[in-house]
Parts: sequence; structure tokens; C-alpha cells
Amino acid sequence: MSETLCITGGRVIDPANHRDATGEVFVRDGKIVASLTDSERKAAKVFDATGLIVCPGFVDLHVHLREPGDGHKETIASGTRAAAAGGYTSIVCMPNTKPPADNAGTIQFINERIERDAVVNVFPTGCLTAGREGKKLAPTGSLKEAGIVAVTDGGHCVQNNEIMRRALEYANMFGLVVLDHCEDAAMTDKCVMHEGEWSLRLGLRGMPRSAEDIMVARDVILSAHSGARIHIQQLSSAYSVDVIRRAKERGVPITAEVTPQHLSLTDEALKTYNTHLKTVPPLRAESDRQSLIEALCDGTIDCIATAHAPHTEMEKDREFDYAPFGMNGLETALSVCLATLVEAGCCDLSTLIGCLTHKPAGVIGLDKGTLSEGVDADITVFDPAAEWTVTAEALQSLSHNSPWLGQTLRGKVKATFVNGRNVLV
Amino acid sequence: MTPSHAWTRKDLIAIEDLSREELDILFATAENFKSTLGRSVKKLPSLRGVTVVNLFMEPSTRTRLAFEIAAMRLSADVISVMGDASSLVKGETLRDTARNIQALSADMIIMRHSAAGSAQYLSEIVDMPVINAGDGAHEHPTQALLDAYTLREKLGADLTGKRITILGDILFSRVARSNIWCLQKLGAHVTLAGPSTLVPREFEKMGVTVCHNLKKALDGADAVMLLRIQHERQTSTHFPSLGEYTSMFGLNKRRAAWLKPDAIIMHPGPINRGVELDSDLADSPRSVILDQVTNGIAVRMAALYLCASTQSLSSAQ
Repeated sequence: MSETLCITGGRVIDPANHRDATGEVFVRDGKIVASLTDSERKAAKVFDATGLIVCPGFVDLHVHLREPGDGHKETIASGTRAAAAGGYTSIVCMPNTKPPADNAGTIQFINERIERDAVVNVFPTGCLTAGREGKKLAPTGSLKEAGIVAVTDGGHCVQNNEIMRRALEYANMFGLVVLDHCEDAAMTDKCVMHEGEWSLRLGLRGMPRSAEDIMVARDVILSAHSGARIHIQQLSSAYSVDVIRRAKERGVPITAEVTPQHLSLTDEALKTYNTHLKTVPPLRAESDRQSLIEALCDGTIDCIATAHAPHTEMEKDREFDYAPFGMNGLETALSVCLATLVEAGCCDLSTLIGCLTHKPAGVIGLDKGTLSEGVDADITVFDPAAEWTVTAEALQSLSHNSPWLGQTLRGKVKATFVNGRNVLV
Repeated sequence: MTPSHAWTRKDLIAIEDLSREELDILFATAENFKSTLGRSVKKLPSLRGVTVVNLFMEPSTRTRLAFEIAAMRLSADVISVMGDASSLVKGETLRDTARNIQALSADMIIMRHSAAGSAQYLSEIVDMPVINAGDGAHEHPTQALLDAYTLREKLGADLTGKRITILGDILFSRVARSNIWCLQKLGAHVTLAGPSTLVPREFEKMGVTVCHNLKKALDGADAVMLLRIQHERQTSTHFPSLGEYTSMFGLNKRRAAWLKPDAIIMHPGPINRGVELDSDLADSPRSVILDQVTNGIAVRMAALYLCASTQSLSSAQ
């Protein structure tokens, strides 16, 4: 007898299939089906989603799971529980582990841990260069055979253009997209926030937009000449948005993501020296934020990614200069995006869900993020109006370095189905 | 003693936070203390029994000494801890250091630290008053107070409309930032001058004028405040060389003639003689550099006294 599930009464939003109506979603043996037979229907588990949104499970292209090496910050077990709590059913994890995921053995270890501990789908990435040092190509082919879905130096940007060019061409041979964190390292040396009025006022060293813009432009040029696919991580500067927009108009195969934090916060928030706001690329000015929102809504930016970067309280509880970069994000992304984009009237719910589901999946060619017949039944059910307070106790992540800690947000995940099974803790 | 009833601030972290009224209370209190400095017995009983810890995580001579003397003049017990000697080099966090100092029943902490925002961070950790003696490139409030106090002595108590030019490395200077806020709150016009790499135009958002033409910046100024070129702090990209700096922006007799005839020359020290300031000018009657140092004691006595007065410490109420 097949195992069947029927999610009833909810507003079903499946942007890839242009579906947005109250209705039912059926699952048989972990796959989405168009209908169930009468007997299957009677035997089906029923999830009553009346008053709730039912949509494809979210896909995050940018997550730091910290395993192996930094299990005190996050593990594959805790990070995937956090993903489930945030409505994410598929996440792509970064290779800046200890050791870095620049060899097939480390990927194999990660895959074993995923097999053992993960409650959602996890897709590992491999390093673009050995040791993420930007000096020598990583064994991309072997990494692909070990199961990676993309290559990236995860938080490091290859500074040498010759190496970047060759790395792109080499990865492209295997059909792998290069995910790039765009930063000219010489221009951001010792810098801790966005360069502007607030860095001057606070006496903190500022990273200029040009440090990002130069590398985004470099990537556009290399992608245009080689035809290799590059995905820009965490776009934050308005000028870079413009560079991407023009490149796409010319048909350059480049895509980009933006994070909930860059869509919702600006450098002014750092005036309290709250280390939870220390991230890279940095929170920028209001004009940048407006450009990012506009670009996400008009499709210039392809998708939302969290850049979930867990750090412990002890690591973040320091003088601002000494605290590590990065924010926790998997569990707050939906709420923050609902407030910043939908409640603020920038886009409708279906557009937002598209940016969280089939659009990121499409960037690296994952068959995820839809409720199409026959696909894995990865489904998220959420209440856009339910309020919850971000507290250490409320979070599944081992780390609580969230800028929204202590705040009450709207939008709560009620069920996260992976292959038809609810994995929400 | 000066009426301090309107002073409710336990910490002195940043001039930006202070109201005009608070600045006036500080100056009035400092003036009273200054009148006692000439006495043969200089010690006042105000902070008897109060333990002040001078936590200097970054090297300093003048500021540390001035704080020590100010605390001693108020009869406080003062202990100075230097960065090198402290546990921080052994990896202890600032939070733990601070909590240990609290557990040792100290009553006040004066801190100098290389990280901007660290004074505020410390004030959130401990209950006792925290006086910022310089946090990275953020603020150095007592320096701005002693500068303004000196300006009021030399130019008259009302600085409204006075033109003050701050010249030098503004980007990395906490002294500049504190002075920008302080002088503007007192009604003065502030012009920032120096090479464009050290004086970005964006400073104008703080209400000041930015001028990269030295003649225009000095023309008609009532006072020029020089900042030390912190060659140990800059990355190599901000200007070509000390020699180039001196030839373009160093203050010499010829350039000083562009100032108002009775204009004064200030410097927070330590001076790089012959770099940002001609040696002759530093020792000339127009220079008030040593007055600044003396006033630094009165101003710091006022800061310690007022912040302590909010804590029912000793006889300081």
C-alpha cells in the first residue's frame, strides 16, 4: 500500500506552475501527484492547511553548516533542523569547513554526515581553488564525482584574474556553476563595515562599494568571454546591481542572489556597535537597499539566499573589530522577507516564494522548488500572520547570532515536508 | 561645589551624546577645579575612598598621566593597568577583564582601547562609571573637552561663530571626531583640512566644511587644531611620505600668517616636530599646547567627579 498525504484547505502557491489558489496538494510515496484514488484518499494522512500558505519547500544556495571543523557553531544535524524550521527543504552548503572541502575525501565525509544527520536535502559545494587560497585549482572533476553541485571559495574571492579565468573555464567543462563572493581584498583590508557616513561617524574602517563592484565587473567580463556560468553571492551594492542588469541584457550567463539582511537593514543599524550586524559584504546604505529590492522584484537579482553563517555568542561577544563576520539566517529569512518585501508592498507573495524556491534551484539546475507532478514532495506550509519572538530557545541553530534576536516577527512555518514527511521539530 | 544636579550620566563615552547643557556643566565644574590647581595643597576630598582603574590597552603617556593626576587630586585611589601587562595578551576577553575589575570592587574604569565602540561595550558590561579615554578612531571625549575649555579661555566663553580648522589625519582620529561634535554643539564653524585620502568629503554629513586647499582652510580661522600624523596607524596608501605631507600640509610660519592675526595653534600631542608643525611655531606664543595639557587635568577632574556623583560614591554628591 502506498503512503499518501493530502494537504487540504490552504492557499497553494507554486510560482513555477503559475498556481495561486486555494486547493489541495497530494503526495504518494514521497512524490507530488495530481490526484489520489478514492481509496488512497481515504487512507491518506491529512494536513489541514486552512488559512495557511502551501508552497514548494524553500531552496537556499548559501549556507554555512560548519561541519567538519566548527561543530561548536553548527553541525549538519543542527543546521538542517534550523533549515526545516525556516521552511527550507534543500540547502547548498559552503566548502569553508576545516579542512576545506577541496578534496573528494572531505566531500565524502560531508555526504556521510548528511546521510546520517540531515533532516532536509543538503547539496555540498566544493572549493574552486585548493585550500580556498586562490592560488591553484582544486580538483574540480573529482569533486564533481564525489557529488558537489557547484564550486566556490565560500567567503574568499580569487584575487588573481588569470587563476579565476582558468578556474571558470575548467568548472564550466563539468557544467558546474561558480558561486563567487565578490571582494577586492586589498581594498577591504582590516575593514569591518560599509564605507560611508556611518563608518566615519563610528570610527570603524569602511569597505568601499568599489571593492565589490570591481569584482562583479571582473566576473561579468570573464563570464562573457568564456561563456562560463557565474553566480554572484550576496549582492549588496547598487552599482553592482547595475553591472549585472546590463550584463544580463547582453546575454552574459550570470546570476545573482541577495540576502534578507541586505534587503532589510542598512549601515546605520551599526551605530550601537552590535556585532550581530557585522557581516561581509557589509550592510550598505539605504539607496543600495532600495536598488536591491527593485532588482529582486524585476528579476535582475535571481533569488534570495540566507548566507546563514553561525557564530557562537562567545565569538560575537567582543569588541566590534574583533568579532567574526556573518549572521545566522535560515530561521528568520521568511519572516524578514515577508515584512520587507510583501508587507511593504514591493512584491506579491507569489514573487517572493518564487525567489525562495524554483528560482534559486534553477541557478544551479536542481530539480527542486516546484509542486510539479512527479517531483520530490518537498513542501512548506506557513502562516504569514503568525507572530513569534526570536529567542535563543526558539532557534534550532546551535548559534544565535541573529540581528533579529529579541524581536517579534510575523510569519511562521507550520510544516516542512521533505519527500512527503514532515521534518519540522 | 558646582551644582551637578542636572548631570545624570554615569559614563562619559562620546561627545556626540552630550547636550549643550551637559557641556556647560562640565566646563563650569572644570573651572572650579582649575582654580584649585594653583593652591599649595592641591588635594580635594571629593572622591576619597573611590578606587579608579585606568585600563590602558593602547600606549599613552599624556592622557594616562592626566587621568592619574586628576583622580589623585580628587583623593581617589588610582591604579593603572597597561595593555601589555594585562591578561588580554593572554587571551582574556574584555568582558572577563571588566568583570574581574568589578569583582575587585573598583568604583570607576577609565579605558583606552584600539577598537572603536569598546568603551560603550564596556559600559554595558559593568555597573560602575566608565570614562572613555579614546576608543579606536571613534571618540576621545576628554580631549575635546580640554580643547574646547582652552578655546573658551583664549577666545572667550562664547564660541558662537568662531572658525576652527582641524588639520591633519582626520580619518583615523578620535580627537577630530570628538572635536567635530563638541565645537559644533558650542556654535563654532568647523573646517576639516588635510589630504583628500585622510579627509574624505563624506565628513560634511557631520555638519562640517571639508577643504583640501590649505590656504582656504586657514584663511581667517580663529584657531587651528593640528592632529598628529599617526604614521604607525596608516596603511601605506594614504599619502606618499612624511616629507610630502610636510611640504603640502605642514604648518609653518608662512602658512600660519593666513590665520587671523591673534589665532591660536593647538595640538593634542604628541607632536611630530617638523612634520605637521614647525618646531618654532610649537614653541611660539601663539601655541597653547601646554595650556591644553594643564586644562586636561581640570577637565578630567570634572568628568570623574560628575560621573561619580551619579553613583553615591564617597562625598561626591
